Amino acid sequence: MKQPKEWINSLPKPKGTLLDIQKRGRELFLKQDIPTHSIEEWRLTKLERLFQILDLPLSIKSEDEIHPSSNSSFSEQEDKISISLESNQDPLNSIILPEGIEKIEGEKLKKVLNDNYKKHTPGNWPLSINYSSTNKIIGLKINKKNTKELEIIMNAQSNSLNSYRIIILLEENASLNLLQKDFGSKNSAISTLVELHLKKQAKLNHRWIGQGSLDSNLLANCLVEQSIGSIYSLTSVHNGWSFARVEPIITQLDGQANTIIKSLQICTKEEQIETHSHVKFNGPEGNLDQLHKAIATDKSHSIFNGKINVEKIAQKTNASQLSRNLLLSKTARIDTKPELEIIADDVKCAHGATISQLQEEELFYLQSRGIKIREATALLLKAYCQEIINKISINSIADLPINNLLESLNQ
Amino acid sequence: MICQEPKPILEISNLHAEVEGQPILKGVNLNINAGEIHAIMGRNGSGKSTLSKVIAGHPAYLISSGSIKFKGINLLELEPEDRARLGVFLGFQYPVEIPGVNNLEFLRVATNSRRKELGKNELDTFEFEELIDEHLKIVQMDPAFLARSVNEGFSGGEKKRNEILQMSLMEPLISILDETDSGLDIDALRIISSGINQLITKDNCIILITHYQRLLNEIKPNYVHVMSSGRIIKTGSSQLALELENKGYDWIDHEPFSKEDK
Repeated sequence: MKQPKEWINSLPKPKGTLLDIQKRGRELFLKQDIPTHSIEEWRLTKLERLFQILDLPLSIKSEDEIHPSSNSSFSEQEDKISISLESNQDPLNSIILPEGIEKIEGEKLKKVLNDNYKKHTPGNWPLSINYSSTNKIIGLKINKKNTKELEIIMNAQSNSLNSYRIIILLEENASLNLLQKDFGSKNSAISTLVELHLKKQAKLNHRWIGQGSLDSNLLANCLVEQSIGSIYSLTSVHNGWSFARVEPIITQLDGQANTIIKSLQICTKEEQIETHSHVKFNGPEGNLDQLHKAIATDKSHSIFNGKINVEKIAQKTNASQLSRNLLLSKTARIDTKPELEIIADDVKCAHGATISQLQEEELFYLQSRGIKIREATALLLKAYCQEIINKISINSIADLPINNLLESLNQ
Repeated sequence: MICQEPKPILEISNLHAEVEGQPILKGVNLNINAGEIHAIMGRNGSGKSTLSKVIAGHPAYLISSGSIKFKGINLLELEPEDRARLGVFLGFQYPVEIPGVNNLEFLRVATNSRRKELGKNELDTFEFEELIDEHLKIVQMDPAFLARSVNEGFSGGEKKRNEILQMSLMEPLISILDETDSGLDIDALRIISSGINQLITKDNCIILITHYQRLLNEIKPNYVHVMSSGRIIKTGSSQLALELENKGYDWIDHEPFSKEDK
């Protein structure tokens, strides 16, 4: 494992719009303590996997090396705007955006980066990795309701660390469908930081697919700020990563906002996938509907830590958090922890966590109709995931590589 | 006079079964031929449902001794799905809800598993939708229930209709209907009974597990058995069910062991 200083020295010199943030990030990274098991948030993490990320050089794919089909694209005739993050060139360079979506660049982008830096909690190790290493950034301002989907795709370069950042500002009454796709590749890591700011009455439907492959790692932070009347819906599916740490942090700034989180993580082999969600209610009458589902098989480890803070001012908050887990082998492990800190006294905060196996009665019912146990298991697993996958609503479920995984679970 | 040779479908001999070390079945003997309807009655906890699940192959039960032969084949060596494919059907007392599994697709997969065994072609979605229309009529079931998840949010009566719909689609040789009449109103009972009557042929057979004469008014059994403490203690004609309706089970307890093996 590279020492922190060694890792910083291995990075390219800071430059361009990201110069300031890279410098600050690197200073922060060196000041921070390396995660250890004595820190609660890292207690269960297989730290050696985390540190392996630092041994990977930063991806340096040039535009010439990118297959033309992977380029960013948009035409008025298409239903979606597709932005590829493969090359180190500006991903928005080659694209003309539709009316209502504008780029944030130059000094404006620097200002946003600076403002956000001050707001974000220092001390988050994955965040400082992203600050230090990001060489791809997308900044967008959404001014109105958008019917076209914004698809952002990261195909990781193998044997390297792929680092990117997205900043999206939704103006009052604006809306957007965002589809984020992170694909790992052999011996790779992705560091992603997505910042979403929703002004009054804005609506954002964020669907997020994270599909790893051999020896791939993911450090994913998603920071969301919601103003009054806004609706943020996050639906995520993560699987196939040797190691993944997903941290959605959502703040309802002044209350009266709606947050919906539906997430699924599937862990097989010796994978470790962690979700650490944190929803902060800083104003009254906010709503949260959160469902986290996980499947763990083989020798894998699934971790969910669901933190909710309800400040004193956040009266009449209505929050519900449910963690449902399927443990499919004796050697797999699931850790799930709801963590509610409620200071307000007039709130509804329901939470629950279950860890179970496939229901014997359901399996027998299917078998008694001539369905082989293997097929019955696959049917039940698919049904378990369906609730989340349906919300991803990609053209067909076959588009989701998760199907292959469900089959492999059953072998 | 031409006397047809009885064709045995199910032969249960001295069957003992237990769950978690607790003996439930303690020597069940029962033979059923094609074309016959057998009713099994008895108090709660007498072993009726256990018997039905053991025949269907529920993994929770351990068979400690005895045998079950289905058309001469040792049923106990087969997995539940293989038993179903051969033509053993269990109509559940409490049909299981399976959220997320589409009912129509489930019915199609189940039907195809049996059709394959019967040497019939497997049906794709479109072909199956054509086939199912006829079967829905048998139980007067609303097609809207096909679009839902298996049994999810179905009323008690709808669940039982769905069971008999499955029976109809799978063309079993033996159907064990475990308290199919429970939770049904009078109309639903008639509809479901009529459906079952339509499915009876000279080549198949039925075991009706029930507490009440009202089902046997609709479906006439050839034999009525009474189970107690894991055994069949008395066998008679449909008259026996009427006697039970009038007298309850106490009088059987006081009679000397009077099983009449058929």
